[in-house]
Amino acid sequence: MRKVAIVGVGHSKFGDRRDVNLPELAFEAAKPAFEDANLATKDIDFLSVGTAGGWYEETLPAVVISEYLGLSGKGLMRCEAACASGSAAIATAHDTIASGQNDVAMAVGIEKMTEIDTPTAVELIGRAGYYTWEFHNFGVTFPGYYALHATAHMKRYGTKEEQLAKVAVKNHKYGSMNPNAHLQRIIKIEDVLSSRMVAWPLKLYDCCPMSDGAAAVILASEEKAKSITDSPIWIEAIGVSSDTANVSKRSGYTGLQATVTASQKAFKKANVEPDEFDIADVHDCFTIAELLAYEDLGFCKKGEAGRMIDEGQTEIGGKVPVNVDGGLKAKGHPIGATGTSMVVGLTRQLRKEGGNMQAPIKNGLALAHNVGGTGHYCYVTVLRS
Amino acid sequence: MALSPPVKRLKSRPITFTFELPTQKLREFWDGLEKGKVYASKCKKCGDLSFPPTADCSHCLNHEMEWVDIQGEGEIETFTQIVIRPASFQNHPTYTVAVAKMNAGVKVLAWLTTAKLGDVKVGAKVKLGAVKSEDGPSYGFTLVSSNSDQPPLK
Repeated sequence: MRKVAIVGVGHSKFGDRRDVNLPELAFEAAKPAFEDANLATKDIDFLSVGTAGGWYEETLPAVVISEYLGLSGKGLMRCEAACASGSAAIATAHDTIASGQNDVAMAVGIEKMTEIDTPTAVELIGRAGYYTWEFHNFGVTFPGYYALHATAHMKRYGTKEEQLAKVAVKNHKYGSMNPNAHLQRIIKIEDVLSSRMVAWPLKLYDCCPMSDGAAAVILASEEKAKSITDSPIWIEAIGVSSDTANVSKRSGYTGLQATVTASQKAFKKANVEPDEFDIADVHDCFTIAELLAYEDLGFCKKGEAGRMIDEGQTEIGGKVPVNVDGGLKAKGHPIGATGTSMVVGLTRQLRKEGGNMQAPIKNGLALAHNVGGTGHYCYVTVLRS
Repeated sequence: MALSPPVKRLKSRPITFTFELPTQKLREFWDGLEKGKVYASKCKKCGDLSFPPTADCSHCLNHEMEWVDIQGEGEIETFTQIVIRPASFQNHPTYTVAVAKMNAGVKVLAWLTTAKLGDVKVGAKVKLGAVKSEDGPSYGFTLVSSNSDQPPLK
């Protein structure tokens, strides 16, 4: 297998983007990626588009986006892995280069979630599990699924609502520094605790917003990368795992097994330990999800995530800065864009282009942890400068 | 929510889907609910017990099943109360969803009725039974007792 590098990244503004349509939004991410790599459309062999879809008008989003970006005729694939679709697009682009099939590929992650009303969006995401058994009669929502995990974690380890709130406070703080973030308002613990209940014990400020957004990454083979850039960021490993559609068929609810398995696969391939990472983006669609990730990725022992957030170990200057771009919680979570957005942000961090969000880079190692559904899919990507 | 400043948009042609879910291969299960039974499937070859039931065994790929009524008691492993509801549940009041480990050996996710949220605890005993609702046959939990040391929920 050939080595694969990231040679260009681009990111749209996340938020309520009803001012642009789907391909126009993709363009906002792709154009800066082309400029970053100093490449033209003719240089791209293959495009993968990560999107969950269903909440916007286009049925073949990859084709529409490819035409708009001037890439018709190139290799093309739409990738779906729920909220990890953006990572699936990167993994697909990576694999097509690693295998020798292509030399340069672009991955675009995108979602437009605000073209439909909120109850319908809640319906669509709620069905992202097993419709027949968990939605049809029981109407489990996406916050509901994570609430099941919060309840179990709080009972088993004594995790407090205040500790969940601290995740939101931290990520809003960094979101306020990110010009591309959907939510740029600094909040307090009391704001989280007093926000309206969504799915007990998760409240509104425990939840990520519904966002529109796109992010793009250009990948190249080692040989090509060295001719394109002096600062390639290498994809060391991508670990992928999955779990049962029925959450009731899982062994427990104090963690996500898919995260454990995907990260162990990635760490083994990259030959790294969890304490070596300079920075990480983890999948904080809900505050509890970030705490589960600390434990499942091995940043702390099982049951100690609450203490980790209490001690500020995931702030810049702490043991491992997490979600210093605002995370899904404040930056926004346009489903298919999220995994790609993580890799864009971490690439900038490893290049030391993070501005006032820059974390100290010692080992040149970054981790992207992207979950699809409620641990239905998990992609863990290890990047090295 | 209105965008500020307002932007011009085009309304799409509407599209509505209603899917018809095949239940033929699990007719014992669906018919069972009508008769007051909640069946898990049990593989006749490897003995794997599955709930929700399956027509084919995901362990040994055999397709001959027998049916085991799993009604009776179980213990709540986790739960939530869903306040912000999906479009198709807007007319329901808020509902409590629980996952319980049944004495029969499988876990079940279903609504827990006849209980206030403050009375629901991890570890509490529940009873599973078939339920008839206006949406069709279903199953649900009722609280048996609360013997957990967890303080009541706010």
